[in-house]
Amino acid sequence: MNGAQAAARDASTAAPTDLPRPGLAARLLSNELPRSRALAVLLVLIVLGLAFAPFLFPGAKALNVAAKILVFIVLVASYDLLLGYTGIVSFAHTMFFGIGAYGIAIALTRLGPAWGAVALGVAGAVALSIVLSAVIGLFSLRVRAIFYAMITLAVAAAFQTLASQLSEITGGEDGLSFKVPEILTPAFSFAGAPFLGVSLDGRLLAYYLLLVAAALLFLVMLRIVNSPFGRVLQAIRENDFRAEAIGYRTVVYRTLSNVLAAVFATLAGALLALWLRYNGPDTSLSFEVMLDVLLMVVIGGMGTMYGAVIGAALFILAQSYLQDVMRIGSTALSGLPFVGEILGALFSPDRWLLWLGVLFILSVYYFPAGVVGRLRAVKSRSPR
Amino acid sequence: MSSAGASAPVHEALPQVRADWLPVALVPALALAALPLVGSPSTWLTLTVAGLAMGLIVFIIASGLTLVFGLMDVLNFGHGVFIALGAFLATTVLASMETWTASPNVLVNFAAVLAAMLVAMAAAGAVGLAFERVVIRPVYGQHLKQILITMGGMIVGEELIKVIWGPQQIPLPLPTGFRGAILVGDAAIEKYRLIAVAIGLVVLAAMLWVFGRTKVGLLIRAGVQDREMVESLGYRIRRLFVGVFVAGSALAGLGGVMWGLYQQNVVPQIGAQVNVLIFIVIIIGGLGSIGGCFVGALLVGMLANYAGFLAPKVALFSNILLMVGVLLWRPQGLYPVAKR
Repeated sequence: MNGAQAAARDASTAAPTDLPRPGLAARLLSNELPRSRALAVLLVLIVLGLAFAPFLFPGAKALNVAAKILVFIVLVASYDLLLGYTGIVSFAHTMFFGIGAYGIAIALTRLGPAWGAVALGVAGAVALSIVLSAVIGLFSLRVRAIFYAMITLAVAAAFQTLASQLSEITGGEDGLSFKVPEILTPAFSFAGAPFLGVSLDGRLLAYYLLLVAAALLFLVMLRIVNSPFGRVLQAIRENDFRAEAIGYRTVVYRTLSNVLAAVFATLAGALLALWLRYNGPDTSLSFEVMLDVLLMVVIGGMGTMYGAVIGAALFILAQSYLQDVMRIGSTALSGLPFVGEILGALFSPDRWLLWLGVLFILSVYYFPAGVVGRLRAVKSRSPR
Repeated sequence: MSSAGASAPVHEALPQVRADWLPVALVPALALAALPLVGSPSTWLTLTVAGLAMGLIVFIIASGLTLVFGLMDVLNFGHGVFIALGAFLATTVLASMETWTASPNVLVNFAAVLAAMLVAMAAAGAVGLAFERVVIRPVYGQHLKQILITMGGMIVGEELIKVIWGPQQIPLPLPTGFRGAILVGDAAIEKYRLIAVAIGLVVLAAMLWVFGRTKVGLLIRAGVQDREMVESLGYRIRRLFVGVFVAGSALAGLGGVMWGLYQQNVVPQIGAQVNVLIFIVIIIGGLGSIGGCFVGALLVGMLANYAGFLAPKVALFSNILLMVGVLLWRPQGLYPVAKR
């Protein structure tokens, strides 16, 4: 297995003994540098863009898009932990995302807008996710990966129906709108005069809370995948039989990876609910969100945490702005004779998912390591 | 069940393998257990027929999927596309034959539905052939990629259906002659459910004949048990697989027509919805086993109807609970396929 050797080589080069003590930046990134100039530039652009989004891109829509990117970076990275690093396909990932969002939503609806309620909601949601993911993992990760994919699909469907049925608790199909602690609301202002044309209100604070939380969670995940534990996960992905033979209990590692991914997804869900001040089945639980996450992981690059950043940013930008571009293209194309109607329908803004689906299939075929893998390959080809 | 390779003695000299009837007995056992719970026999009869109809439709859809998995270890998450395609073609065909479907003569109605079924099967089979070529062939033997690619195929297929038929829900009314119910004692049984049961039984009989009495069927059964052995005897299992894939897609198209008529409306998400159900069925049955798929489909269909009547809240989980229960009893499904 090529990948196994590559992983082993990575491990040996990353061993701290034969390297000088890494700098602060490298330590923050757990010694996993982008390893490609283009990738590094892209990442820095995304990070700067997100960090100064309220000042760079004025308007409520732009800020919403930036916040959504932050949440999805965490969610997609947690899914990558499972899919890209451990080689497990789960279709229940949005279930945990939804648990996190509902945890916040239910706690804040019942207990009112207080930080205690936020803590309680997050704690409850994380506990539920840990139990659920451990049970599902222990029950079905013993068998083949394909079993797990199907079982999680069924469980997620059942959970979604359950969430919309228990309308007294979850608000059913309508979802729950709730108040967040006052300091995070637009009405709260901590400085009278706007700074650089941006009013310093609770919304801005909420955005930076999201930014800090997302950055922390992402760095923790980067640390996990570059730890010895992460190496075992990659070994299991490459050859589970061999990993078991070396002496690692693959069931235990797979289940742990599953639980970890679930916890991070739950936290991402909590962040989303805090930002939106609303949660419903369609925003966090639906199968469409699951497919979006799958597309982001694959397009960004499976098995690379940076892929989550790129994938989430690209996908959500496309989701939010590609439709406008397609609308222009569609009206232009439908003016053509004969084929105009068909082309117009194919490129209509509602069909943007069609093209991302095609892109998804092509990327699984031709560059399974996604954008990140592609950029890194460009760089590593020259010295070989 | 024929796929267990158990029922028909091929040669007198061969030792008879003991048939495993225990899972089959679950179906009447479930029906009998539900009788005292439901209470009135007429309601029970209505529910049982509804369950059988649903189970047989699900069986028609799922049989292709489980065989494809058994034969080539390919799990097609895009199976739902063929279901949706069949259902949407049915709306077009039946709408264009309005004079036939509105006719009070049941035979004329049936001719219209038959035409819709044939169109759906032909189209789903053709799309299946292309799907196998374009989507599945490049990723043989790589499970992870298979799951991802077929899921991508599902997304694209669903979007293309939206391009052609639009994203909205389309009503698919039953032909006049199929509507209404007949009374058996006190029990009202919808006509279409009886028709669905009849069609399902015809398909089942045809399958049993193919698998039990023809050489192709024998090869498929042998291929499921041990692919390499069949190959080493000089048969091209690839070709067999393509045939099974196309037939499975066509059956999914047929099932899509029947499911659409059962629900009386069609949405583009129909494929994804039914996918969940058929995955549960083939897991319960044992991946690759036709007999298990049949028993699993009947169990799922009947349990869904009983649970929907007795405790609607539990009904959401009844299928999952059934799956958990079966897997605790037999971790590889009701009829484990030998080598897996």
